Amino acid sequence: MDPTTRTAAELAAGIHAGELSSVEVTRSHLERIAKVDSEINAFLHVDTEGALATAEKVDADIAAGRPPVSPLAGVPLGLKDVLTTKGIPTTCGSRTLEGWVPPYDATVTRKLREADVVVLGKTNMDEFAMGSSTENSAYGPTRNPWDTARVPGGSSGGSAAALAAFQAPVTVGTDTGGSVRQPGALTGTVGVKPTYGGVSRYGLVAFSSSLDQAGPCARTVLDAALLHEVIGGHDPMDSTSLNAPVPSVVEAARRGSSGDLSGVRVGVVTELGGEGYQPGVLRSFASAVDTLRELGAEVVEVSCPNFEYALSAYYLIAPSECSSNLARFDAMRYGLRVADDGTNGADDVMSLSREAGFGAEVKRRIIIGTYALSAGYYDAYYGSAQKVRSLVTRDFDAAYEQVDVLVSPTAPTTAFRVGERVDDPMSMYRGDLCTIPTNLAGTAAMSVPSGLSDEDGLPVGLQIMAPALADDRMYEVGAAYERARDAAAGGALVDRIPEL
Amino acid sequence: MTTKTETMDYDEVLERFDPVLGLEVHVELSTRTKMFCGCPNAFGGEPNTHVCPTCLGLPGALPVVNGSAVESAIRIGLGLNCEIAGWCRFARKNYFYPDMPKNFQTSQYDEPIAFDGYLDVELGDGETVRVGIERAHMEEDTGKSLHVGGATGRIHGADYSLLDYNRAGVPLIEIVTKPITGAGRRAPEVARAYVSALRDLLRAMGVSDVRMDQGSLRCDANVSLSPKGDEVFGTRSETKNVNSLRSVERAVRYEMTRQASLLSRGAQVVQETRHFQEADGTTSAGRPKETSEDYRYFPEPDLVPIAPSSAWIEELRSTLPELPWERRRRIQQDWQLTDEELRDLVNTGAADVVAATVDAGAPVDDARSWWVQFLTEQANSRGVDLADLPVTPGQVARVIALIGEGTLTNKLGREVVLGVLAGEGDPDEVIASRGLEVVSDDSALTAAIDEALAAQPDVVEKIRGGKVQAAGAIVGAVMKATQGQADAKRVRELILQRCGAE
Repeated sequence: MDPTTRTAAELAAGIHAGELSSVEVTRSHLERIAKVDSEINAFLHVDTEGALATAEKVDADIAAGRPPVSPLAGVPLGLKDVLTTKGIPTTCGSRTLEGWVPPYDATVTRKLREADVVVLGKTNMDEFAMGSSTENSAYGPTRNPWDTARVPGGSSGGSAAALAAFQAPVTVGTDTGGSVRQPGALTGTVGVKPTYGGVSRYGLVAFSSSLDQAGPCARTVLDAALLHEVIGGHDPMDSTSLNAPVPSVVEAARRGSSGDLSGVRVGVVTELGGEGYQPGVLRSFASAVDTLRELGAEVVEVSCPNFEYALSAYYLIAPSECSSNLARFDAMRYGLRVADDGTNGADDVMSLSREAGFGAEVKRRIIIGTYALSAGYYDAYYGSAQKVRSLVTRDFDAAYEQVDVLVSPTAPTTAFRVGERVDDPMSMYRGDLCTIPTNLAGTAAMSVPSGLSDEDGLPVGLQIMAPALADDRMYEVGAAYERARDAAAGGALVDRIPEL
Repeated sequence: MTTKTETMDYDEVLERFDPVLGLEVHVELSTRTKMFCGCPNAFGGEPNTHVCPTCLGLPGALPVVNGSAVESAIRIGLGLNCEIAGWCRFARKNYFYPDMPKNFQTSQYDEPIAFDGYLDVELGDGETVRVGIERAHMEEDTGKSLHVGGATGRIHGADYSLLDYNRAGVPLIEIVTKPITGAGRRAPEVARAYVSALRDLLRAMGVSDVRMDQGSLRCDANVSLSPKGDEVFGTRSETKNVNSLRSVERAVRYEMTRQASLLSRGAQVVQETRHFQEADGTTSAGRPKETSEDYRYFPEPDLVPIAPSSAWIEELRSTLPELPWERRRRIQQDWQLTDEELRDLVNTGAADVVAATVDAGAPVDDARSWWVQFLTEQANSRGVDLADLPVTPGQVARVIALIGEGTLTNKLGREVVLGVLAGEGDPDEVIASRGLEVVSDDSALTAAIDEALAAQPDVVEKIRGGKVQAAGAIVGAVMKATQGQADAKRVRELILQRCGAE
C-alpha cells in the first residue's frame, strides 16, 4: 500500500513495529512532492538530506530494539515557513526574507526534532501569514488539490494543500484569524487552533502576537491530536505560554471515536450563519448538526451578539500589532537590502528596502495598523477594538456556561478561484467571519470536514469551538463526528480527492 | 558654521525669569543578564558578542522579563518614596533607528512600575530641597552606533556607520522628576545636587555602577523659563549628552542664559533636543523635528502584566540599605565631624568613598585627608567626579595601611596611587613594578648619610654644636640621593646618631 495515503497513526504503528521503514516512508513522500508540487506549490523548501537523516536514525533505533522517542517518531511532516528552522531557510512567504537562514530553532521545531519527527520541508503561506488564500506568497500561490484552479485557503494554504495532495500526513500551520481552520475547510482536512498559549510562539515569526497560535493540520482528528501533544506544552522562552499541562487530546480523540456523545451539550452560534453564507455550506452544516444530535449530543442555539463586531476589531488589532512586529525588517541586520549604493542615507535604505521586500497586502496592513495606533486615533480604533475583544470574550464565557462546545461553519464559502478575490480585500476578509472570534478570546477551535457542498462538490468544514484549555472537548466531538460522517458517506472525504 | 549664540548675563536672567527644570535620568542596572534575555549585561566586550536572537530582534524571537531587574526597579521606587504599581505592563515605543533591533523599544508608558515619590536633596550650604519624582519605569537600552566620516559624528552626513548590539537590551530605569520650580538662582546647583543625591542612593542600593563617564547613568536636562511671576511654563529644550555632575550644572545654567537672550529679543525658544558640548560648556541644536514624534505606544503583547504582591514589596522594602543621607548623619556622629567638615566631605562627593575606605580598614582621618585633598586634586585635574576616579576605596585603604606600617612614605604612597590611577594595577603590583618600597636598610642609608655629611662639614659643626634643626639640610640631601625612597624620620635619627647629638 502506498504510504502517502496512510494516516500518521498508521505509519507510526508500522514504523515502530518494524513493519515499515521510516526511510521508505520518507522517500515515498519526497517522491510524491517531486511529482506533484510543480502543480500544487505547497512547499517552499524541501530538506531531503535532513529528512532522510532523521528517518535513518529512527530506523536504526527500531532495529536496535530501542523504543521510539515519541508516538510520531519517523513520521514525515511539513512545517509552515513562518517557524524558524536552524540551518534551513525561513522566508515567511516574503521576498524580504529570501535566503535568510535562521541561526536558531523555534520551540515547535525543536520539539519536532526531539520527537524524531521527519521534517520534509517548509510549506507555502500568505506573506507573513496575512491572507486567506495563499495568493499573497511572494513565491506564487498554492493550488487546491480538489481543483487546481482554486485556492486552498490561507494563510496556511501550503500546510493544508500538502495534506490533500498526500505530500505529508501531518503538517504544522499557524492561525491568527483562521489561518489553519479555513484552509482545513477548503481542502477537506482537519485544522486545529489550540488554546492561545498552548503551543509556544518562540520562533514563530510574529504577525499579531496576541492572536498567533501554531496548530496541527492532518487528514484525521486522531493524527492532529498526536501532533498536538508533540508540539504543545509550556515554554519558558514564551512569556505568554500557559504553565499548564497539555490537555489529553489523544485520549479524547480515541474516546470520541467510540461514537457516543450522550451528555455532551453543543451550542449552535446564531450569529454565525444565514445571510452571506453559501447555501451548500449551510446545508452541510445543518446536516452535521443533525449527525451530532444522532450521536447523543444535546444541541441548543446560543447567541453571541458581539461576534458581529469581531471582524472589525480583528482588522484593527492584527494590523496594529503587525505594524510594530514587522518594523524589524529594516535591512540592517538581515533580509533584503536595496539602494545601499552610497547615495542613500540609512532612512532611505530602510524605506526603499521595505518598499521592495513587502507585498501589497502586508503594506496595506502596516499602513492600517500605523494609522490605528497614531496619536489622536488610538482610542477610537485600537482602544475600541480592545473593548470589543473583551465583549467577545464575555460572549464566549456566557456561552460556555450553557454548553460544552460551540459549532458553526468554518468558512462562509467553499474554495474560491485563484484571482477571484485578490482585488477585493473586504470579500477576502469576510472569509474569516466565523474563525476570528476564537482568536480574539484566546480559546480553542478546530475544523473537521463535513462533506462536500451539494452545489459545487467542494469540501466544507465544521468548526467546533471549546473553552481555553479544554481543547480535549473539541477533539472528542470532532472524532465522534468524523467517524459518523465517514461511515454514512462510505469512506473518508480525502479518498474522494481527484488524482493529480 | 553657525554664528555664536547670544546669551544673557546670569543676574539679568534671574531678574526677569523663573527657571523650571525637569530632569530625566537613565540608569543602567547592574543585573547579571539583560532585561529580556540571558545575554550577559557587561560594559564593553568585543562588538556583537553579547547577543542572541532576542536582543538582536531576530524574526520569531521573544522577550522574557528579567526578575531581578523588576526587583531593582521596585527597590529604586521605594528608595525614591514612590508608590509601587499593583499591576503594570510594558509598552512598545515605536520608531525606526538602526541601533534599535526591533525598531521599537520595549518600555513602559502610562503604567510605570513606580510613581509619585520624592528625593530630598542637600545643597552646598546644607539647605534641603525636596525634588518630586513623577515616575520611574523599566525599559531596555539600545545598541550603540559609531558614525564614521562626516563633520558632526552623527548619522547625517556620515560615510558609514558601525553597529554594536552588546548594549541592546541592557536593563534601564528611567527616573523622571516633576517640574522643579522656585529654585531661581540655584536651579543649576539643584540640578547637580539632585543627580548627585540620586547617584549616591543608587550606589548605596547596589543596583547600578552609576558611572556617568561610561554611560551607566545618563541625564537629560529639560529647561524652560517663565517670565518672572508668571505661572505658565515656557517652551522647554531638552539637553542630552550631559555626562558629569559638573556638566549638569553648566548645561542648565547655559540654557537659562541662552533662552533668556532669545526671549528678551522677542524670539521663540524652539522645542528641540540639544547636545551639550563639554569643551566650551554650550549646547547646540540637534536636527530640528519637522513633526512631533508619534511613538504609537501600545501594550506589549509579547509580555504578561507585572503584578508585584504587597508581601514582595514589603520584603524588598526591608532590604533597603541605609540611605546615603542617613549614613551621613551617622558618619557625622561616629567621626565627630563639625557641620562644616561634613559639608566639605559631601560637597567634594567624598563622603561615601571615605566611608567605604574606613570600612576597608583605614583610620577616619587618613581616609578623609586622602580623598578630600590628594584625590580631589587628581579628580579636578582630570575633570572627572571623585567617585569616577579609577581607584577603589579598598586600594586607598591598602596604601594607607602600607604607610602606617612603614613600607611606604606619604610621598611614595602618592606615587603608588598615581600608578593605580594610570591603570598599572593594585597598589602591591604598582610597588613591585615601580620598585617603590621604602629603603629601610640602615647600611644602605649610612653610606648616603656619610657622603652628605662629608659634603657639608659646616652643617655637621652646627649639629654638633647643638643646632639639631640644621640636620634638615642633610636629610634633604640624603632623600635626594635615595630618590625619596628613604624613611625621612629614620634618616634624621641616623644623622643625629653619627654626629653624636642624640
